[in-house]
Amino acid sequence: MNPLDWILEPLGYDFMVRALVTTSIAAFVCALLSCWLVLIGWSLMGDAVSHAVLPGVVLAYIVSAPFALGAVVFGILAVGLIGIVRDRSRIKEDAAIGIVFTTLFALGLALISVTPSQTDLTHIVFGNVLGVSPAELAQIAGLAAIVLIVVLVKRRDLTLFAFDPTHAFAIGLSPRLLGALLLGMLALTAVVALQVVGVVLVVALLIIPGATASLLTDRFGRMLVIAPALAVTASVVGIYLSYWWDASPGALVVVTQGALFAIVFLASPRHGVFAARLAAARRARRAGVSARTPDISEAS
Amino acid sequence: MTETAGTPALELHDLAVYYGDLLALEVDRLRVEPGRVCGLIGMNGAGKSTLFKVALGAVRADRGTVRLGGLRPEQARRRGLVASVPQADDVDPRFPLTVGDVVMMGRYGRQGITRRPRPLDREAVATALDRVELRDLADRPIGALSGGQRKRTFVARAIAQDAQILLLDEPFAGVDRRSEDLIVRLLRELADDGRSVIVSTHDLHALPALADEAILLLRRVLLHAPTAEVLKPENLARAFGLGTAREGDVA
Repeated sequence: MNPLDWILEPLGYDFMVRALVTTSIAAFVCALLSCWLVLIGWSLMGDAVSHAVLPGVVLAYIVSAPFALGAVVFGILAVGLIGIVRDRSRIKEDAAIGIVFTTLFALGLALISVTPSQTDLTHIVFGNVLGVSPAELAQIAGLAAIVLIVVLVKRRDLTLFAFDPTHAFAIGLSPRLLGALLLGMLALTAVVALQVVGVVLVVALLIIPGATASLLTDRFGRMLVIAPALAVTASVVGIYLSYWWDASPGALVVVTQGALFAIVFLASPRHGVFAARLAAARRARRAGVSARTPDISEAS
Repeated sequence: MTETAGTPALELHDLAVYYGDLLALEVDRLRVEPGRVCGLIGMNGAGKSTLFKVALGAVRADRGTVRLGGLRPEQARRRGLVASVPQADDVDPRFPLTVGDVVMMGRYGRQGITRRPRPLDREAVATALDRVELRDLADRPIGALSGGQRKRTFVARAIAQDAQILLLDEPFAGVDRRSEDLIVRLLRELADDGRSVIVSTHDLHALPALADEAILLLRRVLLHAPTAEVLKPENLARAFGLGTAREGDVA
């Protein structure tokens, strides 16, 4: 087939265009947040919040409130519960996170199972980007815009919080508030991404782009450009693949992001595995015959 | 400490901090005068970190009062009066920031909501980098620095902040000789400018050249006196136990 047709044919369908736009928007904001999450070490927290919003979204659906409201309330509730379990008992943080988010996620599934008109809601679990209506697209774009503006305005404070919260505190900022802001944005972003890849895979969009970008640059400012660029690229590729292979779009977007990560992991000029080996080999050669065996064994 | 000019840099009164049932720090009265370098000496667990945290207001005292430059800790923080130079382990050296980025963070408290740097801020950063002799490395990622250069970066951040009170936690751990000498000289200059520097350290070698006075800590203040007095073996023995007390070698 003509390569141009390969690109143009899916664009003949409105639902495909909406899928491309929605996925790109969701992947873009997730990728921005992922830069901070990966550096703070909050990947698991991203996983937790994105799962824990489910009962909030279902309850919001039941009482006809905005999904975002329910998601933020339950996102904050989850973080609060995790903090209480961690600080008030001998349970360690990873176990606290695991207990809280799986319980809330299961509560969400239970609520879905007893709520009439289930079809809409099961989409939230596995995503349904091909079924996004124009109204939903508008809502997703609106939420994404809010997240985008907030994190761009506060980006330097968030980076300071991620890097050195003690300094943030010492100069009169509140690390607690900045952390809460980031988690609040995380809950909103989870809502944005829910309809695309579903609750289960949101965490992929919240981790992989930032991790990939961190292997490509030593400048945080550049990470904030590279991560969204990679994520949007993976979205477009993933959606096209899903059209031609007739496979799950959300899953293919995540698989494409993972594949990009693998390539960068191996071949990044700065922090890739190959580059590290080359550098080690060069060092070993420079050390010459005086047999710096530790370097060589490190490299292999 | 007979000098009484000016408001004390740090003043603790009738202070007690408990972690659970465990007494971490108890201080009846402590006054660190401004314009001096003060060493804070004690074993691990003697309360050095707790004292810093209480001074910053990061840990609330169960009893007593804390004043920094005459102000409550939260007021001092909001006015940018106090800077904290972190221990090497407290920050991730692989974090993708440049030397210039980190020093600019010293200016955030004085900037607008987005922390967009103004010419004044760039000037302050450049001056601070000059003082720690890192101007040439401003664009270098902090991950590519030596331990000493990284420590100088954080000292530069405190200078860019124009802080009046500097709290340094173990500034000489993992630091090369050249950086140590430079930091010692710089801290002396800052004190001579009228700023107050409190340095918690294991490295007693550096203290005589650095500190005017020292505090010997073992969950309470055992001694607060001129450095030479504090470093006498019989005094160190009280803080570190008899077995390890050899002058200048307790680390």
